[in-house]
Amino acid sequence: MKLLAIETSNRPLSVAVLDDTKVLATTTTNMSRNHSSTLLPIIEKSISQAGLTADELDRVVVAAGPGSYTGLRIGVTTAKTLAFTLHKELVGLSSLAVLAGNVVAEGQLVAPLFDARRDNLFTGLYRIKQGQPVSVLPDQHISVTEWCQQLATYHEPIVFIGSDVTQYETALQAQLGDQFVRAQSQLDLPQAVVLGLMGRTAAPVKEIHTFVPNYLRLTQAERDWLAKHPKEDHAPYVEKI
Amino acid sequence: MEKQNLILAFESSCDETSVAVVADGQTILSNVVATQINSHKRFGGVVPEVASRHHIEEITICIEDALSEAQVTYDDLDAVAVTYGPGLVGALLVGVNAAKTVAYAHHLPLIPVNHMAGHIYAARFVKPFEFPLMALLVSGGHTELVYMQADGQFEIIGETRDDAAGEAYDKIGRVLGVPYPAGKVIDEMAHQGQDTFNFPRAMIDEDNYDFSFSGLKSAFINTVHHADQIGDTLSKNDLAASFQASVVDVLTSKTMRVLEACPVKQLVLAGGVAANHGLRERLQTELPSKFPNTELVLAPLNLCGDNGAMIGAAGYIQYQHHQFGDATLNADPSLEFDWMPNMVH
Repeated sequence: MKLLAIETSNRPLSVAVLDDTKVLATTTTNMSRNHSSTLLPIIEKSISQAGLTADELDRVVVAAGPGSYTGLRIGVTTAKTLAFTLHKELVGLSSLAVLAGNVVAEGQLVAPLFDARRDNLFTGLYRIKQGQPVSVLPDQHISVTEWCQQLATYHEPIVFIGSDVTQYETALQAQLGDQFVRAQSQLDLPQAVVLGLMGRTAAPVKEIHTFVPNYLRLTQAERDWLAKHPKEDHAPYVEKI
Repeated sequence: MEKQNLILAFESSCDETSVAVVADGQTILSNVVATQINSHKRFGGVVPEVASRHHIEEITICIEDALSEAQVTYDDLDAVAVTYGPGLVGALLVGVNAAKTVAYAHHLPLIPVNHMAGHIYAARFVKPFEFPLMALLVSGGHTELVYMQADGQFEIIGETRDDAAGEAYDKIGRVLGVPYPAGKVIDEMAHQGQDTFNFPRAMIDEDNYDFSFSGLKSAFINTVHHADQIGDTLSKNDLAASFQASVVDVLTSKTMRVLEACPVKQLVLAGGVAANHGLRERLQTELPSKFPNTELVLAPLNLCGDNGAMIGAAGYIQYQHHQFGDATLNADPSLEFDWMPNMVH
């Protein structure tokens, strides 16, 4: 199976082309959030370096969230459109799972995280089983304090991974003590190769049209509206005219 | 028969996701528009993050429908055109990335189109353009006079200094209790009322081609609030008629002034507010009496709002001139035409 993997959830951008488990080409950058300008040129280059054309792909795998809303939209729009327009399979995986997949220690608990501002995190808890991250606590949007309370119940070391761990390191260490283990910083960059290997065996989405990023949060406007209009249905939100 | 050039055109700059197939820049084979109005009604206006999320829900559905309604396949296409600005950045990004991906996947040239050029070229579906041409562009985000010496050449000659006309409609709509988007309802109310309040006509006598609508908006809101305070009930239809009379007076008189200085063969009215009947009717009566040699070309009512077809028409001009973009194309939310050289503004 020939697949293209795309990860643009945050500042890092990573693209890989795989043939089954063999990596044909990969590029990872950590330079800017300008993914709209850089993603497609890197995809084009990776596919051609792999000696393929887009038409020869079997599957497109994308990190679908959580993460930066803009980053997710660029990656998911590109992946979704490419799969749709060339009739390829599409797989969406957790951006947090991709990061957790950088850890290879069998049985290890891993907490990948992205900063969600104001002492909130996008995070989840994973355990590495047979080399793959398996979800223990689902991906969620949660305050640092509440998250630490949940993690404290596990009574074993947890590897924290992601470039945003640094800014919460003091708070996490204070609340979790010896449970807090910082991943080596070279593992903080998500790798599309890891995403591709995970996506190779995952089930493709049934309906490409309805595939959207997993933002994990409603917009502020929608939260406010729902608070004022409980139980009210306002659909259809979009109508063809 | 010569082969037609087919363009697949994308538009996602605000709250409509649209994909169209246009032949030779003048024939619409399909024009699929998915509007988010019902969603944004909840908030009284377009919420950018909500808009961006809806675009990604709709984009591939619109592509599929546009191709099937036009009864064409990717092999029939000659190029992909897309709005890359101005507009809401998150919304633009969905169309831009989808269009780039389709162009790459099917080895088609990519045409980056200015949304405002698209609005002007909506009028191209009525009849061929003759130059020089003046366009009065009136929408929720823009109010400007654009001079065209030739196809694909745009020079701003005047614009609003504060609110766009459409924006003013939405804001006073809230005061009148008219749901977003307010333009159509206020236009209908205006036709039932009389201009009794005599709101200000800002900058109408100034020797330039710029507009201002924030003073009108404030005068309107103050009038309504003052009446509320003293327990007076004002006629909403008269308020709407008075507001619209001021907007139409200013737009028309500035347009007549610019035509005096820059004689043109055609005057194009385009943009979302070009669907306003008060404005259309005024130009239809005033232009022939003052400038009998200038032809009025009104953008068709169904193409005044945002749509892919107009992007296909504007894109076709660039296709002929080989003005192509590449895979690095990004959204440019504040994209605008250049000003006409030496214009005082």
